Amino acid sequence: MKLTHEQQAMLDSKQGLATHKAMQILATLGRIYGAAEMLPVSSVQISGVSYDNLGEAGLAWLAEMAAGGGRVKVLTTLNPAGMDIENWQALGISAEFAEAQLRVIAAFEQMGVVTTCSCTPYLFGNLPEFGQHIAWAESSAVCYANSVLGARTNREGGPSALAAALTGFTPAYGYHLDKQRKPTLTVEVTAKVCGTHYFGALGKAIGDRLQGKGQVAYVRGVTSANLEELKSFCASLATYGGAALFHMQGVTPESTLFEAPEETIRIDGNHLALAEQQLNTARPEEVDFVSLGCPHLSLREVARIAQLLNGRQVKKEFWITTSRPVKKLADQAGYSQVIEAAGAKFAVDTCCVVAPIKGRFHAMLSDSAKACYYAQAKNQFKVRMLPFDEVVQEACQ
Amino acid sequence: MILQGREIYPGLASGQTLVSKMGISFYGGVDPESGLVVEKGHDLEGQCIEGKILVFPTGKGSTVGSYTLFRLAKNRRAPAAIVNSACETITAVGCIIAEIPCIDSLPIERIPDGAYAKVDAKQGTISFTDPD
Repeated sequence: MKLTHEQQAMLDSKQGLATHKAMQILATLGRIYGAAEMLPVSSVQISGVSYDNLGEAGLAWLAEMAAGGGRVKVLTTLNPAGMDIENWQALGISAEFAEAQLRVIAAFEQMGVVTTCSCTPYLFGNLPEFGQHIAWAESSAVCYANSVLGARTNREGGPSALAAALTGFTPAYGYHLDKQRKPTLTVEVTAKVCGTHYFGALGKAIGDRLQGKGQVAYVRGVTSANLEELKSFCASLATYGGAALFHMQGVTPESTLFEAPEETIRIDGNHLALAEQQLNTARPEEVDFVSLGCPHLSLREVARIAQLLNGRQVKKEFWITTSRPVKKLADQAGYSQVIEAAGAKFAVDTCCVVAPIKGRFHAMLSDSAKACYYAQAKNQFKVRMLPFDEVVQEACQ
Repeated sequence: MILQGREIYPGLASGQTLVSKMGISFYGGVDPESGLVVEKGHDLEGQCIEGKILVFPTGKGSTVGSYTLFRLAKNRRAPAAIVNSACETITAVGCIIAEIPCIDSLPIERIPDGAYAKVDAKQGTISFTDPD
């Protein structure tokens, strides 16, 4: 791979230990995947923030990079942490875990990372433009950035995303290249899809058929999709199908550049019903945990919850997960007060996927197909998936 | 016998080979405290990777697996070297941050299990001493 003078200097340790290690990671990945050169990135989003996933070793490595002089060169934000950074006590997090989690955040802060912890950085200013090269790690945000925004990123891991942030570069391979963005499979959707929960079911129905084989789906038959629906679809398609990119005719910006591939699969109402059924393993009376905000809620979704909860009381542990900036807007608009008066809890900076809640609950209710996957696989909860509004209604019963 | 592959992360190592025909997920699949493979139904289930020349086709699973390799190294439970047919991001990054010699792009099906081998990762080679 061709390195510029600047990149070679980074590799040769002339800019400190952390930058050397970072360039070593990028140069090696470039070599493995046959990259011809490095590309400058305009934005980074780092995963591996929850101490529950990182453990002491991950924390030790981050601390080494910070101590080794690592400083980010581009706008860099973080994935959700294992707890609400300001309000962890209220969510039953142990002091020991909180201390470790705060050391993780401090290491990132030392490197100049904006320590807002969220899987939806595109909702508060880390919003790449069409065609820009970026290095993002959160799987749902990667899928959203590539497909909905038309920015270009591979599905980075925590260390490779940090490496891009510390150098400002990423190797030119995979979804950075035009030829890799071409659709390989047409998905003909004949069912009517509407709402976050149906878009999640659609993501699972398609994802289950992609099986992580790096297929780029060209979805036809979905005539409209709003931000929240696309956010849900991206999370589900990435979770169940390992997909980092799709095109949706009439919806996503690059869909006009390509013809629908010949190889076609069909998704009808029965496929969606089956996906839904697979994510409904708990009976209504078994539910003891309700969670909305996977991916993190938009301001519009928080407003909707406030409208539905106004003057009512929730009867179950109910977490509202969103980013710190959206929470602050909700505070200003008066939504937070209504929601908290109803007995629901904000779990900001974190979510039900990365918080250490294994064993605390029996069955989770959500509108999110992704949340249901991790509730089952990681936390061994039973799950129930309903449309957004019905989740709020059932939390009050 | 010498097999020629390519360098992923440089370094010299020697030890006994531990060969798997299956992908390895370090996160969740290997216990970072003991170095034991814990993935149910894996052909190395119950075996310890510490100090071994660990040979497997490719990595799989969560990207957090890179940190598991780092953690194994800190706990002195890491393999002496890793040999893949096709190395991917998780294993490559894990080897770089944990400083484990690693090579790939060679016919791993020709590597016998339990044999004494030397890896010169800079040269991309694994060599075996013929039994006397």
